[in-house]
Amino acid sequence: MNATISFDSVLHVVLALVGVAVFVGLNGLLLVYAERKVAGFIQRRPGPYEVGPQGILQAVADALKLIGKQLVRPDRADPLLFWMAPVLAFFPVLLLFLPIPFSPLLTGWDVNLGLLLILAFAGFNVLALLLAGWGSNNKYGLLGAARAVAQSVAYEIPLLLAVLAIAFQEGTLSLSAIVGGQGGMPWQWNIAVQPLAFLIFFVSALGETNRAPFDLPEAESELTAGFHTEYSGMGFGMFFLAEYANMIVACSVCTVLFLGGWKGPFLDGAWWFLAKVYGLLLTMMWFRWTYPRVRFDQLLNLNWRWLLPLGVLNLLATAFVMKL
Amino acid sequence: MASIFRTLADLWSLVVGLGITGKEFCKPGVTVHYPRAEVTPEAAASFRGPIELIGLDKDPAKPKCIACMLCVSACPSNCIAVTRAPTPKPTPEELKAMAEAEARGEKPKKPAPPKAPGTWTYDFSLCSLCGSCVEVCPVDSIGFSHDIYMVGTRREDFVFDQLARLARKAAARKAEPKKAAPEAASAPAPAPETAATPASEA
Repeated sequence: MNATISFDSVLHVVLALVGVAVFVGLNGLLLVYAERKVAGFIQRRPGPYEVGPQGILQAVADALKLIGKQLVRPDRADPLLFWMAPVLAFFPVLLLFLPIPFSPLLTGWDVNLGLLLILAFAGFNVLALLLAGWGSNNKYGLLGAARAVAQSVAYEIPLLLAVLAIAFQEGTLSLSAIVGGQGGMPWQWNIAVQPLAFLIFFVSALGETNRAPFDLPEAESELTAGFHTEYSGMGFGMFFLAEYANMIVACSVCTVLFLGGWKGPFLDGAWWFLAKVYGLLLTMMWFRWTYPRVRFDQLLNLNWRWLLPLGVLNLLATAFVMKL
Repeated sequence: MASIFRTLADLWSLVVGLGITGKEFCKPGVTVHYPRAEVTPEAAASFRGPIELIGLDKDPAKPKCIACMLCVSACPSNCIAVTRAPTPKPTPEELKAMAEAEARGEKPKKPAPPKAPGTWTYDFSLCSLCGSCVEVCPVDSIGFSHDIYMVGTRREDFVFDQLARLARKAAARKAEPKKAAPEAASAPAPAPETAATPASEA
């Protein structure tokens, strides 16, 4: 990277961050609404219905309620860690959006190590969950945090292996270059060459973002609300937003790596990218309302006994083929 | 090795599950948007209202109940109170027969109490609608009503004299049999007895 940082490039990144913050906020509302509607339709209910036509303002009403609520810190909770956790959960996620190429012209910060940046900053989420669980002086919070750490650390490895297989194949860590290496037609996407890596990536992404069926850190039936048991108002709101933002990032990276990014059969552009991302997000919701939550030993078994060996084999095979 | 293949084969069940939820997603919802939409008799038929007595086929004003008290002991909330109908006073002929039997040194044949309830009160304010009484009744004399519009302002409004209620319903059905008959026929209730008591006559 350049040693000199021009005013223009800084301005560009700052503007991109503001844009990303808006994008995340609006998508948080949209996805909460979509999630509840999907849940409703799968259970033959209408879902949110009363606030606004077809209930489209329900998420806004909920957000306003969350903002208006009192922030409560439990007695004897660590004030610094307790308040740092939601901040630490939410703000690093904004950075993750910077290197993602929405379209050739719409990229926050086109760095050649974009993939590495995303993987590195995604690690902050675990720390935030740990701080939240530890700092709130609550047994459910602590149990949720312990689960979050064990789960995220475990699922990061197959995720990385799947990402590495693509990086080996394309010979780059730049997300724009990876999109550039793929064609517009579905059979020219990386998923056609690396279906196993796609599967491993998607399952690991579910584990990384604590989505059902791997939502053990906040398992309602066992741990009240897991790591965010003690959070009210926007403390909880930040975790909630961060969770949805993480989902968007995971699906965006998946789109870039495996589904050809902003390329499509015709009229390349950001709409293809967004369509694929929302398709993956809907699949995640579909999974959530289909599969029951796994047990913790099942979760770790799946990771260490299936995803990890498969990921290693896939990576070795990729390296072997690339060497030929 | 075999277990690995079996696990892989079992993965198919995940796809089956997605297929089921996907299909349900595409079907129309079943929620009735009351009060914007009217509750159809079909929707009301699945509603568990306060329990009610079911009349005899021949005489709908009389319950099938044999006053066995099983429902009283099965009820976890003690909301059912049943008493047996009093034993009828022996007629002069019977008294004579009893005296004769006693004179012969035999055991006199006393009239047995009738197998019917004398009073049948039900406190809906205590009922949790668990259905234990419906399940336990040996003669299927108890069923859930489908009265979805019941309201009251006093606690006493929810203590029902079920015998009187049954008689009232039977009389109301007799008064307008033409209107009640198609409505009862259209309601697909599990038991024909419950279908014969539409909600509109509550």
